[in-house]
Amino acid sequence: MLSNDDSWGIGMHGLVNGAIQSFVINTYGRERWTHVTEAAGLGFAEFEAMLTYDDALTEAVLDALCAELCRERGEVLEDLGTYLVSHPAVEALRRLLRFGGETYVDFLLSLDDLPDRARLAVSDLHLPALELREQGAGRYELSCGPDLPGFGCVMMGILRAMADDYGALVMLDHDGNRDGVEVIVITLIEMAFAKGRAFDLGARAG
Amino acid sequence: MMGPDALADLLARLCPMHLMLDEEGVIRDVGPTLQKLRPDAPMQGRRFLDLFDLTRPRAVPRFSDLLAEPGVKLNVVFRDTPHTALKGQLAVIPGGAVVALSFGISLLDAVRDYALTSADFAATDLAIELLYLVEAKSAAMEASRQLNQRLQAARISAEEQAFTDTLTGLKNRRAMDHVLTRKSGVGLCYSVMHIDLDFFKQVNDTLGHAAGDYVLQQVARVLVEETRREDAVARVGGDEFVVVFDNLTDRPRLRRIALRLIERLEQPMQFRGRPCAISASIGIAPSVEQPDCAPAELLRRADLALYTAKRAGRATFRFFDPHSCAAEVETAPTARMGPPRLG
Repeated sequence: MLSNDDSWGIGMHGLVNGAIQSFVINTYGRERWTHVTEAAGLGFAEFEAMLTYDDALTEAVLDALCAELCRERGEVLEDLGTYLVSHPAVEALRRLLRFGGETYVDFLLSLDDLPDRARLAVSDLHLPALELREQGAGRYELSCGPDLPGFGCVMMGILRAMADDYGALVMLDHDGNRDGVEVIVITLIEMAFAKGRAFDLGARAG
Repeated sequence: MMGPDALADLLARLCPMHLMLDEEGVIRDVGPTLQKLRPDAPMQGRRFLDLFDLTRPRAVPRFSDLLAEPGVKLNVVFRDTPHTALKGQLAVIPGGAVVALSFGISLLDAVRDYALTSADFAATDLAIELLYLVEAKSAAMEASRQLNQRLQAARISAEEQAFTDTLTGLKNRRAMDHVLTRKSGVGLCYSVMHIDLDFFKQVNDTLGHAAGDYVLQQVARVLVEETRREDAVARVGGDEFVVVFDNLTDRPRLRRIALRLIERLEQPMQFRGRPCAISASIGIAPSVEQPDCAPAELLRRADLALYTAKRAGRATFRFFDPHSCAAEVETAPTARMGPPRLG
């Protein structure tokens, strides 16, 4: 599903690398992050969020991380997505995603704008194109563009965690890779399944 | 023709911060979001100008004056607290007027003060996008700020480890310490010359720091030109310089160098058309005259000799005198000059 020799576009944004670093440190501890950076041969231990790095470094880190954890890359990336929405250390990102709408469906419909929204905030951050197709009966198909292989897996984690955030009950399926485009099938079972987490427009994340 | 109820219903949906006013300026209908700002004080039935203070257009004594300007843009502030500022537009309709209001730049405070949600805004309102943008930009700015702080810290640490004085390109004090440390072997032949500029403070005070910096750069140039490649020239303080002469302890030769330095430094320099007149006092300590003397001690003795030169009226030099533990007086011809006139 995910090939390691795929390139992740031209120049990986430090925010992406920083997200991976934050995920590993806050989930598995700094010591394991140090192992990963050494195994990947980075030569440094901290990514800067506002700099750009060679794609090969991100690849090397992900390879080293999967080897360190003895897990498939797809699983690790999905966990990364879940982390980005649910961990207090990255609360700001969850808030930005909640600006997508009042309900989980509003949020899904706002995903088409996500790359543009990201670019509005950080002009050199390019995320793959996202396209949501409504198929009726609570079924949606999300296509993730080919620029960032594995981004679909990260989106799986984000969609799952955001469903919890909104209190919606959904089923998600990674429907594989069509010419580099990853497709996720989302089945909405119940919009208001649980209470979800509060979102106060005026309470800015510190 | 649409009736008032149908119009109010339409406005409530498309423009949730509207007011419908009659010809007297009494509020007949209010949008749900606007009413949410004063949940315990129904606006219906109150006068528009009693509820709001008009900040633009100014000097409108009566409501009827507003009606005379169809389409006028309004800036208003709640008369009671919180004094939220709103912007809006008034449109005259048969029997009164409709005022459409929005938060404008007060949006950030308003969502906090009134616990607004995205449902309180019309779908066409860019309020949510604006809030998103403020938060996203703040997060990005914070990340940039942290990067800048780390870069600044790295720069300071790099400067602390540097060996070059950035203003003059000479060695700095750290570099000079390293040079002197390498001279700590017994019997090495070298001399330390400590140079302090005279009247430099006056240049700084009267002509400014840019002139002072220029003078320091010219001094550095003279010092480099008047010494050999194997000598170490350093700026060790604001207007203090040290030269370590390698393999040179000959007094007549050191005297000639000191005289030549003073003479050249006294030549008038021009900074933006204004003359900068300085001189220099110099203390000299040759190593062979104090054979067991550590480099740091030799530097201290050069400093003592400099102090004596200063006390002797400046613009002169002194050798350190090992017997009297005071600097030996060697009168230089230029020492008679006195302070150069300042421009």
